[in-house]
Amino acid sequence: MSGKSAIFDRGKTSFNFAGKCANDRQRMEYFAQQLINGIVLGSIYGLIAIGYTMVYGIVGMINFAHGDIFMIGGFIALISFLILVSFGLTAIPLILLIVLLVSMAITALYGWTVERIAYRPLRHSFRLAPMLSAIGMSFVLSNYSQVAQGARVKPVPPIITGGYELAERNGFAVQVSNVQIIVVLTTVALLLVFTWLVSRTRLGRDMRACEQDQTMAALLGVDVDRTISMTFVIGAALAAVAGMMYLLYYGLVDFYMGFVAGIKAFTAAVLGGIGSLPGAMLGGLAIGLIETMWSAYFSIEYKDVAAFSILIVVLIFLPTGLLGRPEVEKV
Amino acid sequence: MSEPDKPHARRVLHFAFAFKKAALSAFVSLVLFSLMVGIRTEAGPTGQLIYWTRFDELAGLVAATFVGSLVIELVRQWLGPAGTSQLVPASVQNGIAFAGRLLPPALLIFTLLVPVIFYDQRYILDLAILVLTYVMLGWGLNVVVGLAGLLDLGYVAFYAVGAYSYALLATTFDLSFWVCLPLAGLLASLWGVMLGFPVLRLRGDYLAIVTLAFGEIIRLVIINWQSLTGGPNGIPSIPRPTLFGIPLDNSDDGLAARLGIEFSPTHRIVFLFYLILGLALLTNWVTIRLRRLPIGRAWEALREDEVACRALGINTTTTKLTAFATGAMFGGFAGAFFATRQGFISPESFTFQESALVLAIVVLGGMGSQLGVALAALAMIGGFELFRGLEQYRMLVFGLAMVLLMIWRPRGIIGHRAPTVYLKEAHVISSDLVKEGHG
Repeated sequence: MSGKSAIFDRGKTSFNFAGKCANDRQRMEYFAQQLINGIVLGSIYGLIAIGYTMVYGIVGMINFAHGDIFMIGGFIALISFLILVSFGLTAIPLILLIVLLVSMAITALYGWTVERIAYRPLRHSFRLAPMLSAIGMSFVLSNYSQVAQGARVKPVPPIITGGYELAERNGFAVQVSNVQIIVVLTTVALLLVFTWLVSRTRLGRDMRACEQDQTMAALLGVDVDRTISMTFVIGAALAAVAGMMYLLYYGLVDFYMGFVAGIKAFTAAVLGGIGSLPGAMLGGLAIGLIETMWSAYFSIEYKDVAAFSILIVVLIFLPTGLLGRPEVEKV
Repeated sequence: MSEPDKPHARRVLHFAFAFKKAALSAFVSLVLFSLMVGIRTEAGPTGQLIYWTRFDELAGLVAATFVGSLVIELVRQWLGPAGTSQLVPASVQNGIAFAGRLLPPALLIFTLLVPVIFYDQRYILDLAILVLTYVMLGWGLNVVVGLAGLLDLGYVAFYAVGAYSYALLATTFDLSFWVCLPLAGLLASLWGVMLGFPVLRLRGDYLAIVTLAFGEIIRLVIINWQSLTGGPNGIPSIPRPTLFGIPLDNSDDGLAARLGIEFSPTHRIVFLFYLILGLALLTNWVTIRLRRLPIGRAWEALREDEVACRALGINTTTTKLTAFATGAMFGGFAGAFFATRQGFISPESFTFQESALVLAIVVLGGMGSQLGVALAALAMIGGFELFRGLEQYRMLVFGLAMVLLMIWRPRGIIGHRAPTVYLKEAHVISSDLVKEGHG
């Protein structure tokens, strides 16, 4: 029973302290702990948000199915993990690496297929068509995984255990678990690779060219179809990483998790200014922190309401998000 | 292939190409389905996850993808490029246009007669009521999306507000349906204005996500405000509607007793049917009338071009707000009807899925076409019912149908509705006024 699952331990800690002594809430340690939790959650949202913002930047559509791609990534990570463990592999880092690669590869193919089937035929159609097609695709993916893997929540025992105690005063310890460290480190590493990809490679240049002007890019020899496909592939691969991190952090996946996570990640992308890559990460962190702080200091039931309300408030005052460029209106 | 001028040259089938394509599709599907279908996981008796393999299903799916892809590619090659042989003769087009004019009255007469024809078939009556509810929702959303061109992904919020308004007013204050109905509409339109204000400056996809967030906020508040809404348990025993105070039950002062006829539960169903039909027709009538008023013209102008709209001095603020309020009001009416029909409501009925379904009805119906929306509602809800036997596959089929319909007919089944007013004359101007030929 010891350390049955990371989420239960963490849940117990925060609930106890939230319930037992309200004084703890005023402590710096409590705030620091929530800050760590918020950053970890925000990293996961940020990874998903990048997929939204990239696709929006290039194709100009909301990829509604992206949240479900994230869910598929979580499922594939879970299944490949189970298989590897049953094959007798015991080296946790090796297992994690293989799971990461498998889940990224297969989920990326899901992203490619979704684009190929549902979006490419509608590339030059009117604005609402790809969006509805995306909503349909989101239903397809979530129900596909319900049909294929059952409707029940799939729990896994904690894969990575242990952690560090950063500070301890009067019985309240600020802890950072190994899972949290891995989530944040993986996110940072991926962001570095991704930034390099977008700013230093041929593919990244093609992507930026397509974002500015698809026709002109095509005239100059950029394969627009391929570039858009690659955008979906990269977005899906990042979502797969987010799915795997979610699995490691919360210890469960279910077929419905894509919807809520998807909306929040999209909220993050909009908050950061859609189309802006650093904005997506910033928005992800903001949503993660808002959600965590709201649960810690106000009510856990209304955390999603808080996240969405802040989205609305931000958009009233900053209609293009935090880092978004104002849209030039053409007459 | 070697003789391109031969009339049937394009009917040469490239088997090798089709085969290669099908093999590629099969390979992709093998990778896609390998873990998700080939392996099944489930929590075992001890709570530990166990898995077993399902390679038969995996092989079946891959084989189906191969054959399907092969057949589709060959058929596509056989038919040749789309659009070459699709010229419809003028006589057929006239016939279609004539039938199109006859269709709405015929459909209306048939709908009026539905309770008479299917009096004994409770299932069909229930289904008809459901379809009409969605027709009404579709027409309501059509004001916002189809006429004003504002993309609303949270329409279900107003449906929920209407339903909860009626349920709470009726159970708490004991008000009758006919008092609550306008109140529900009013409250919903109030919420419509409340949503409208923050999104005035937003457009396109930002608007979509804010309306989506708004719908989720309403649902989450309903779930969590347990003392008011009963939370996830919902509100039970909502009063049934009365015929202006006369209950439709088998009590002594019920309608059946007063008329001296034998009581039958079908009476209430028939009443509900005509009630929703009346509400839906009201929505339709108001929309058609509004379209001819300055405000309706302003909505259509806003849909076509917001900047031009502002340049012409149209107040976009009031135009947007009235569109949201009007659409929301009809959503509220439909919600009140839903509550009184079900007798029980819970947040489960007001998920994003409903918003998406109504939006799909509007877009498939052709964005602004009243008849199209009605037909799309019939097709969607009817199709949904047809696949009831598929149970868990139903939503999968629904999603696939949405994707395929969008690819097949991105502008809807009936087609895009042109603005109600436009300049009918296209002036021919002399060629020296334009650079290339005449304009």
